Amino acid sequence: MNPLLRIEGLRVEFGSEDPPLVAVDGAGLTVQPGEVVGLIGESGSGKSLTCRSVMRLIPRPGRVAAGSIEFDGRDVLAMSADELREFRAHEAGMIYQDPFSSLNPVFRIRDQIAETLRVNLDMSKSKARAHAVELLDGVGIPDPERRALAYPHELSGGMRQRVMIALATASRPRLLLADEPTTALDVTTQAQILDLLMRLRTERGMAVLLVSHDFGVIAQVCDRVAVMYGGHVVEMGPLEALYNDAQHPYTRALLEAVPQLESAGHATRRPGIAGVPPELTDVLPGCVFKPRCRYAQPSCEAISMELAPVVPGHETACPVRPFAHSGTQSETQARAQA
Amino acid sequence: MSAVDVLGAPGAAGGQVPAAIPRRSRTHGLRGLPLQVKIGGGILALLVIVAILAPLLAPYGQNQLDFDHILSGPSFSHPMGTDSTGRDIFSRTLYALRVDLAIVVAVTYIPLPIGVLIGAMAGYFGGIVDAIVSRIIDTMIAFPFMVLVIAVIAIVGPGVKGVLIGVPIVAWALYARLARSEMLVMREQPFMLATTALGYTRRRAILRHAVPNLMRSCLIYSTLDMVVNLLLLASLAYLGLGAQPPNAELGSIIADGQSSLLSAWWVATLPGFVVVLFGIGAGLLGDGLSDGRLRGEVQ
Amino acid sequence: MTEQPLLSVRNVVKEFGLRRTVAERVARTHSEPHRAVDDVSLELRRGEILGLAGGSGSGKTTLARCIVRLIEPDAGTIELAGRDVRAARGTELRELRRRMQMVFQDPYASLNPRMTVATALLEVGRVHQRPGAEDGEQFVRDALERVHLGAGLARRRPRELSGGQRQRVAVARALAAGPEVLIADEPVSALDVSVQAQLLNLFLDLRDDLGVAILFVAHQLAVIAEVADRVAVMNRGRLVEEGETAAVFGNPQDDYTKALLAAHPHPRPARMAS
Repeated sequence: MNPLLRIEGLRVEFGSEDPPLVAVDGAGLTVQPGEVVGLIGESGSGKSLTCRSVMRLIPRPGRVAAGSIEFDGRDVLAMSADELREFRAHEAGMIYQDPFSSLNPVFRIRDQIAETLRVNLDMSKSKARAHAVELLDGVGIPDPERRALAYPHELSGGMRQRVMIALATASRPRLLLADEPTTALDVTTQAQILDLLMRLRTERGMAVLLVSHDFGVIAQVCDRVAVMYGGHVVEMGPLEALYNDAQHPYTRALLEAVPQLESAGHATRRPGIAGVPPELTDVLPGCVFKPRCRYAQPSCEAISMELAPVVPGHETACPVRPFAHSGTQSETQARAQA
Repeated sequence: MSAVDVLGAPGAAGGQVPAAIPRRSRTHGLRGLPLQVKIGGGILALLVIVAILAPLLAPYGQNQLDFDHILSGPSFSHPMGTDSTGRDIFSRTLYALRVDLAIVVAVTYIPLPIGVLIGAMAGYFGGIVDAIVSRIIDTMIAFPFMVLVIAVIAIVGPGVKGVLIGVPIVAWALYARLARSEMLVMREQPFMLATTALGYTRRRAILRHAVPNLMRSCLIYSTLDMVVNLLLLASLAYLGLGAQPPNAELGSIIADGQSSLLSAWWVATLPGFVVVLFGIGAGLLGDGLSDGRLRGEVQ
Repeated sequence: MTEQPLLSVRNVVKEFGLRRTVAERVARTHSEPHRAVDDVSLELRRGEILGLAGGSGSGKTTLARCIVRLIEPDAGTIELAGRDVRAARGTELRELRRRMQMVFQDPYASLNPRMTVATALLEVGRVHQRPGAEDGEQFVRDALERVHLGAGLARRRPRELSGGQRQRVAVARALAAGPEVLIADEPVSALDVSVQAQLLNLFLDLRDDLGVAILFVAHQLAVIAEVADRVAVMNRGRLVEEGETAAVFGNPQDDYTKALLAAHPHPRPARMAS
């Protein structure tokens, strides 16, 4: 089956100095139709930029310097302005972290949704207004006729996020790009929004690229996951594989560092990852994770960050493979101490 | 870094554009400054130096009459030509610049700290203090500037005294308003709340912590203010209310040249260019400083 | 004999929106004041970490700020080691504040952008005349070491530090005052996961090695589970449940606590085998 979205060798640069600052380097991933792919990483990982590059929405002074982005076989990076507008209007939609600044504060909700319907779907004014209310209902907003007349500041964060989802999915795109959609919401609202996204996915067969720094969110809804660090994709595979048998030291360390409810009452101390994620200006030879990696070898300074398969469908950028042969935790620890 | 800059990146998860500080751009000294700051600052510095050294640079005295060469055009011996009494305009301009720049600096930078302090206190304390101070500020700003200055001149007599007294009476209010509105935002910032939580006195919080952060936008504003004040000064001199003859002031030189504008254009226009040059320099400096990223940080 | 709690909060109330505008008075409409903190009582004992949990709007941050009187409570009693915090003024209040320090959520905004780390740390020592503050360099070095930071950071300004480093400096600044209580308002929420764990371990160290009692406000239950000995759950200004962390999370009694736990995104997805 041809992937709906294929990103290969993506490179995003900033600034006009020489050498330029590289925020994303050689990133690649695929999204099949109807699939939910998670993109997880911490600050500086490049996950947000990768997501935005699909819509070519990289803020200046950034730019895509290399790589290809194919949507249903078509090259997004080569699209003309008209084709791009078509693409953004009908094929792909995007929702962001901060729903407040993504909605225009001086227009009513109904009018903002109606505008996209009139412009992208050519609806008449009255039809668009009526449909806007339907869309609000479709995303689970109670009392939609009244709420449609509200201004953004009169709605709660969760409501605004639902409005954004309604806006983004109004023209039934085949791909939804979600850039940290639940980060600014509290935990109960977060659960509702994730439920909504899953419902839309099931009803419409819409694929989702979900960017988050929160493993819990990723684990609730994603089929496959790509892990990014320092601008590179370091591991990619099915959700279960990453949880039970992560092959990249960063993925494992990250999973170990996540706080767990079950820790309540126990004296366990979670190991963080020593050091800090690399900054934009740090030029690191070889593996970008090496300075913080427990399993680093001298040869790690010479590797490229290319992904190689562990088993079909599960790839890692770590050639050392300290966890290979499905090592259990104690095995890998023994190997590390050796 | 103004209060707004502090709000910065939205935490670990946000950062669609990396909020990192490129280490190699953390230059100290002058190299990292944006181009506008360098050019604007350079122009102003040049004018200031020229003004200070006027007695050394001026080829003639400011009131040296020479009836053999009235209204002669720009030439090698008179780079800006001469006026109707044969005085060298270039020399006059240099001396005038001296007087005018001195007044402008005084009249801009004396009210600044006063206004910042008053505005900071009003913003910090809020309540009735703020209410009273705000009303005073509003009144001062609503005042027609020129009218007040002319009224003061009517009392103390023409000359630079009038401007030196009249302008600061009102000018502090603009800085106070600016400082106050920034303070209203800044006092809710965690680092300001921390000063209370740390048990610091309010005096320390305002003077040591808030004011240094407020100064930036006020200083940027002051570059604009300087230009306004220079134009005010020139306008008053043009009206004959400034420094009295025979002392040179840019405005009076221009006024003198008005009657011969068509025949001896240089008398009015060339000194006028100096005023324009000052405006360009101050404007570039202000623009460059307000760019937000002083040392090439990635936004 | 029960030991007197270090920090005692009783029946604290904070309302917002009490002042009615002239228009409202004329129209005789009545705007309900909003109770951000509604009759909350809790105790923080020596040597313990008390978690304060709740979603947005629960009032936990407002309560934290009421305790140090960044916000003035409308009613209730707040006592630090028996001293009345609400009645204190001037020097006495500043001394009480010294003893219960606050750490804020946003690492980007909790340090004065124009001060170097050393200046900020030393100021605390000088203002409160802490022992050792006469030797500026040593004082700063000690302060940084307490939070496991190298002395090389002393000359840097906040914008040259990472988020995790800034938070540590904020903790160092708080500790430099020599407090008995630390009130941490969402101290790790804005940090990367890999850095969070480091900070959480630091808080545990402060409890174990320095004997500092900590009121740890957080909305993420898992974070509270990692550090808190006891937890208090707030919902819309009221305290709805309180107890040992394991007990409350393992066997929640209140509906809101149950809802919070149920909504918590479980990192081990349900549909995975094992």
